[in-house]
Amino acid sequence: MTTVLTPASAWRIAAEVVDPEIPVLTIEDLGVLRDVRMQDESVVVTLTPTYSGCPAMDQMGDDVILALTAEGFADVRVDFSLTPTWTTEWMSESGRQKLEQYGIAPPGPKPASGPIPVQLGVKCPRCGSLRTRSVSQFGSTSCKAHYECLACLEPFDHFKFH
Amino acid sequence: MSAETEPSVTVTDVELDAELTSTGLVASADEAEYALRIGDDSLILAQQLGWWISRAPELEEDLALGNIALDLLGHARNLLHFAGTALGKTEDELAYFRDEHEFRSAWLFEQPNGDFGHTIARGLLTSAFQFELYTQLAESSSPGLAGIAAKSVKEVAYHRDHAVQWTLRLAGGTDESRSRIERALINTWPYLDELFRDDELHERFDAAPRPSALREPVMNVLRQVLAEAELDEPKTSESSGDGRHGHHSTYLGPILAEMQVLARRHPDASW
Repeated sequence: MTTVLTPASAWRIAAEVVDPEIPVLTIEDLGVLRDVRMQDESVVVTLTPTYSGCPAMDQMGDDVILALTAEGFADVRVDFSLTPTWTTEWMSESGRQKLEQYGIAPPGPKPASGPIPVQLGVKCPRCGSLRTRSVSQFGSTSCKAHYECLACLEPFDHFKFH
Repeated sequence: MSAETEPSVTVTDVELDAELTSTGLVASADEAEYALRIGDDSLILAQQLGWWISRAPELEEDLALGNIALDLLGHARNLLHFAGTALGKTEDELAYFRDEHEFRSAWLFEQPNGDFGHTIARGLLTSAFQFELYTQLAESSSPGLAGIAAKSVKEVAYHRDHAVQWTLRLAGGTDESRSRIERALINTWPYLDELFRDDELHERFDAAPRPSALREPVMNVLRQVLAEAELDEPKTSESSGDGRHGHHSTYLGPILAEMQVLARRHPDASW
């Protein structure tokens, strides 16, 4: 079966590429996939970086090129655009549900902005309790904070607001 | 192994150039000079913070300081890349092949890691400064600088939160931890003033906030934190540091030597 080479099919293929560090999320779920367009014979895909230093971005770009090339698109280019600035508010609802099922508490609303920190409750993805505490705002990847649940005593990751 | 037998390598210029230039943004000479100043701040601090990985007081701090370094490196890459569009250089050329007098970072960022208290005190001052700077720069008339600032400020907010929480914890901890953060703040405070000095660049370049306009909001935040920690504001004289014009303390040279040696020994090396 050959793929029909249209912008819509290119979007569908690119949209299935997953985050290498959180493989339950596609780049579409993450809100990283911003644009797919045909330019003459080429496909130009625009991605928005998540965290400035996130090493997964290069991998996502490479995976988009590989996926589209495998489906017959001969000339694929990936552009990264910083604007509009990526935010976790672009994460899809299904992405949030997949994250929670995977054991990562999904991002919440924008935290209060004063210099003296105020902690908001984050729901434990394992037992659902709100009796949780932040261990560190920095975790195993740029986008995650490290929490522990005071009810079920399990540690868990929280995809923090960006 | 002799140099001849080392594997041949190529620079992935295409990947490096994909960011920002793809949007057609080319920096002006003034934008480039400004981007180098604040980009070098982040680059030098990122290089310094990397030292803590495996050496911090607890595993969570290895991760925290490493993640902060990674964010700062990302900001530096974006800013140096943008500066490079005016200068005809890649971000790697700017990071690895400029000499000490060509770096534009302020002295605060090259101050040694010291003990954990010194790293936290330095982090409190740098993050309070960068937070106000990027907040204002996000409104810049320069789309290149505004885009980078809007992204960076979200990450610096977490850096500031980290430094504030540790400042409060050390100040409210044991006599030992309190005396260490007090001493660290006294030793770090003299380097604040340099961040707020206007110079000839700001006379002609109005797409960035004047350093002098950042003094009040930054000091307000620092005073709030000191009050919460029940610490006195250090009464110190001002450093004569002038990193924005390439005049550095003795600390920068060794930092650069370590950061640049691999790239200079193996030009164009890539992973």
